[in-house]
Amino acid sequence: MVTLLVPAALRGDAGGAARLRVAAAGTLGSVLDEVALRWPRLARRIRDERGELRRYVNVYVDGQDCRVAGGLAAPVPADAEVQLLPSVAGG
Amino acid sequence: MATLLTIGTGKGLFLATSDDGRVRWRLSGPHFPMTAVYATAIDKRPGTPRLLAGMTSSHFGPSVAASDDLGTSWQEPDGAPVAFPSDTGASLTRVWQLAPGTSDEPDVVYAGTQPSALFRSVDGGRTYELVRPLWDHPHRSQWGEGFGGQAIHTVLPDPRDPARLVVAMSTGGVYRSDDGGATWDAHNRGIRAYFLPDEWPEFGQCVHKVARDAADPDRLYAQNHHGVYRSDDAGGTWRSIADGLPSDFGFPIVAHPHRGGVIYTFPLTADGERFPVDRTCRVFRSADAGATWEGLSAGLPTEPFYPSVLRDAMCVDDVDPAGVYFGTRSGEVYASRDEGGSWSLVAAHLPDVLCLRAAEV
Repeated sequence: MVTLLVPAALRGDAGGAARLRVAAAGTLGSVLDEVALRWPRLARRIRDERGELRRYVNVYVDGQDCRVAGGLAAPVPADAEVQLLPSVAGG
Repeated sequence: MATLLTIGTGKGLFLATSDDGRVRWRLSGPHFPMTAVYATAIDKRPGTPRLLAGMTSSHFGPSVAASDDLGTSWQEPDGAPVAFPSDTGASLTRVWQLAPGTSDEPDVVYAGTQPSALFRSVDGGRTYELVRPLWDHPHRSQWGEGFGGQAIHTVLPDPRDPARLVVAMSTGGVYRSDDGGATWDAHNRGIRAYFLPDEWPEFGQCVHKVARDAADPDRLYAQNHHGVYRSDDAGGTWRSIADGLPSDFGFPIVAHPHRGGVIYTFPLTADGERFPVDRTCRVFRSADAGATWEGLSAGLPTEPFYPSVLRDAMCVDDVDPAGVYFGTRSGEVYASRDEGGSWSLVAAHLPDVLCLRAAEV
């Protein structure tokens, strides 16, 4: 199972959970597709309606920024840890 | 009865409530902290007033929430309440306007968005669908983008006929549908676009805000990117009503809730000098549909004043006598309980004020 780490700002959209267990693996896209089915409000905070990652949401797969690892095609092993982090933005 | 003032800011929604005839105000918030609240609505058509808020997180994107207990609690659907269909290839940046429909359609609410599009809700503002004919309009590829982004910021249902609807966008101008949104025509004749080679185009104007007259629904008022105009034929033709103003630049224009011909605006010096005229905090009111104007400043700051008032940061309530409100980019909100005759401070030191709405609740 993939472990999804949810930042405090989004836990209200994940039933209060800091960690979610996701069965899908293979790519980040497939993990986030399962998130969209099970926690749709959380999912739309991460990706827009085109399915693209929101500009100021960072996703790390086992500590590596997905944007340098193929984006939504980034490989996600079955026991990976996927961490969602709001990037440094805003004033 | 209390009066509720919704204050959308760059970092959340504040609610001001007065129980004593709009003398003292009690402030709550921020609701949705760290989101930009560009749009709010107080929908009094349901038995219990419903508040709507359109907010955008820099990180987590846009959404719309509803409250049926005057802001004590808010509900948001799991799915995106406003989203572009996949075939459009577009994604929602933010909701700029939430406009309840007419009393004939008590569950209809419109949302004007960035990018420029109109959405329609038939469930009281919880979820929305794209109004396709406007999105598919042949002009759309030529609609432009100002500094604030390309958006439909004004939606004005016609109180006489729910099939008639006016929207305004920056840039693009005024469009009207007379058939429930099935077809749309540009209605900008007479509005000057000084920033284009052809200063009198069919469309492309940078209309900042449009208001509908309280007594005559065919009478509209527009604050343009330079130029203040009136139409007496539902946007068919426009003529300037700026002669009596110290400047024709500004963002908001608001119509009195009950009295025809009464309008308010907050002039800035010029496009290239976006400070209040003479660095003086003044609202301008016309009681004759723009033929003459008077400056209103009793109770407003007397020292040099630099903040501007954004397009939706001025509103009226539905009380008699009407309350008038405006908020500044410096986070102050002022209210008048006597139709602009005198003013007092409702709140200070808030984030930049983006939008206001007020009503007796």
